[in-house]
Amino acid sequence: MPAIIKDGTIVDDSWQRLTAEQIEQQGLPAEGDLIVPLPVWQAQRDAIAARAGRTAVCLEPGEEPSEIAADLDRLPLVAIDFPAFKDGRGYSYARELRTRYQYTGEVRAVGDVLRDQLFYMHRVGFNAFQIRADRDIEDALNGLKDFSVTYQGDVNDPRPIYRRR
Amino acid sequence: MYVYQDYDRQLLNERVAQFRDQTRRYLDGQLSDDEFLPLRLQNGLYIQRYAPMLRVSVPYGMLNSTQLRTLGHIARTWDKGYAHVSTRQNIQYNWPELENVPDILAELAKVEMHAIQTSGNCIRNVTTDEFAGINAAEVEDPRPWCEIIRQWATFNPEFAYLPRKFKIAVNAVPNEDPALIGVHDIGVQIVHRDGETGFTVLAGGGLGRTPMTGEVIGEFVPWQHLLSYLEAILRVYNKYGNRDNKYKARIKILVKALGAEKFRELTEAEFAELKDGPITLTADEVDRMRGHFSEPAYDGSATDQPAALTEALASSKAFNRWYHTNVHAHRQPGYAAVTLTLKKTGRAPGDITDTEFDAVADLADQYSFGELRTTHQQNIVLGDVRQDQLFALWEALEVLGFATPNLKLLTDIIACPGGDFCSLANAKSIPVAEAIQRHFEDMDYLHDLGPIDLNISGCMNACGHHHIGHIGILGVDKKGREYYQITLGGRGDKTSRIGEKLGPSFEADEVVPVIARLVDLYVEQRQPDELFIDTYERLGIDPFKERAYASHH
Repeated sequence: MPAIIKDGTIVDDSWQRLTAEQIEQQGLPAEGDLIVPLPVWQAQRDAIAARAGRTAVCLEPGEEPSEIAADLDRLPLVAIDFPAFKDGRGYSYARELRTRYQYTGEVRAVGDVLRDQLFYMHRVGFNAFQIRADRDIEDALNGLKDFSVTYQGDVNDPRPIYRRR
Repeated sequence: MYVYQDYDRQLLNERVAQFRDQTRRYLDGQLSDDEFLPLRLQNGLYIQRYAPMLRVSVPYGMLNSTQLRTLGHIARTWDKGYAHVSTRQNIQYNWPELENVPDILAELAKVEMHAIQTSGNCIRNVTTDEFAGINAAEVEDPRPWCEIIRQWATFNPEFAYLPRKFKIAVNAVPNEDPALIGVHDIGVQIVHRDGETGFTVLAGGGLGRTPMTGEVIGEFVPWQHLLSYLEAILRVYNKYGNRDNKYKARIKILVKALGAEKFRELTEAEFAELKDGPITLTADEVDRMRGHFSEPAYDGSATDQPAALTEALASSKAFNRWYHTNVHAHRQPGYAAVTLTLKKTGRAPGDITDTEFDAVADLADQYSFGELRTTHQQNIVLGDVRQDQLFALWEALEVLGFATPNLKLLTDIIACPGGDFCSLANAKSIPVAEAIQRHFEDMDYLHDLGPIDLNISGCMNACGHHHIGHIGILGVDKKGREYYQITLGGRGDKTSRIGEKLGPSFEADEVVPVIARLVDLYVEQRQPDELFIDTYERLGIDPFKERAYASHH
């Protein structure tokens, strides 16, 4: 079973992420925990929900959390894809999920997810990270500990430093 | 000046450790070029034409003498003995080795300095008026607000991977724009209304490839909500800014595409959610920040125009001339602000050597409470000099070559490092600046011409602010040869305004004769006491165009 970082530790991961093409070709798996793209979710919401396993949605850059706002209470996990780590839209999406929609499920970074971005990702609300397959996940774990001080509030502690003193 | 607390220091030390490890992993091959790129950029490190370039942050231009000595020490130890003051008030080193950069950053951290977010697609160093806190015309000192913004922007986790770089400037002077807020991604104008501090917030200004001035997005943002409002704008930009084409990725393109009205609507929607939340500033925090910028121990008995000054002005013509160009009025009676011009002919504009850093640090200690400021015109200001010590200071500056009485005159040229150093440049800037300085070396003539801003950029990125020079020169590449395009009528003084292109570009050896012809036309046409820019505005571009291309007929 592949491993991910979740809540600060390395754990086995039960979720399978499929692309729209894979689902079109193979159909929906009857069971198992499944991460589907937003357009698939929007088109087949009820069929997907009727499966035996749990379901999550993956947002691509340009697909905002508002698109799944009404579904959040039945989604145990929202994945946010980083096709390239330099595209920072996902940071605002994660923050929005946590602060605007008060989402308490798992928010997982997938795609081009690397050690040197983890500290910021964690601060904006990601609690799970699927590290890029060619990288050492143990090493990546260190990225969560880059700093012990922050100026701004964040999702984990909304108070900026001037309200913490 | 802002004094670091334990947590500020800890943050810097952790940053140095982080970058040391990132550099090690890059040199070990664990990080690709592409992955290391934004990490090194957000530590101010470019890979340039001949070597890396390291840009050190000077928050809103404020430095103390200890920091200046460290800058000199770095130039001596890890560079070729000099550095460069940039048009965003930062300090650049042109020759550090990548392997040494973590050590340089550690040295900077010892004196509460860093290179954080001086490059890359993130929020850059916040800038302001070089006379902040001493300018009699300002409504209040903008520096506490600059520091509040700096801390909010530093390692802000949501805005480290923006579509493009993001520059914020703050101005506290009504009806003038010394901080150039009109041409920043966000411009913050401090205003007082009914005795309360608030901000008029502009967005979407910028130079570069598509220069334009910003639009007012927030008419009056009460002080408590400054950061909420900035965060709202950044969130809109981070979500909707163009990421497909780097030339269309600045916020100005987004504001223009959506229109100010729609952009404001999106911003207000984000703002509504943030307003009154934990990010809201507290009176305690603002007071604390203001406390960091309290007045130095001025001598309350000092008076304006003391006898020593009056006598020196009468006895030395050279001092008198310098006094009228390089000395600026001060809020405090008996004091003045002095600009050291880093623009002597033959010196690359803004360059300063290791020993000069030390010498200027000594002068700051002796004459100006140990503090100084860098300016966006690439000069250095000693902000708090007693008027009866101006003559002694001038004598010391004469020896150093920092007393060239050309501040704001034609030879006080703003220029980027250009093709001699920068790998982005299409053409050289420094030799063009020098050729112009040599042609206009006659001080009597220069003073007769009066204030003329001449700015040179080696490429479209406009680091030399050519768009806002009264005369702007832009290096362009035509089939592998260096050409120069001239603009007229830009302003970065009372207001920020983009200049107009004169016409087809010129070869390098034509630049000086063309500038001379433009200046001649001004001299022929000016009315009594009329400045170059005013004559230009009265006559329009046509006569200048005709004169500039006269030899081509």
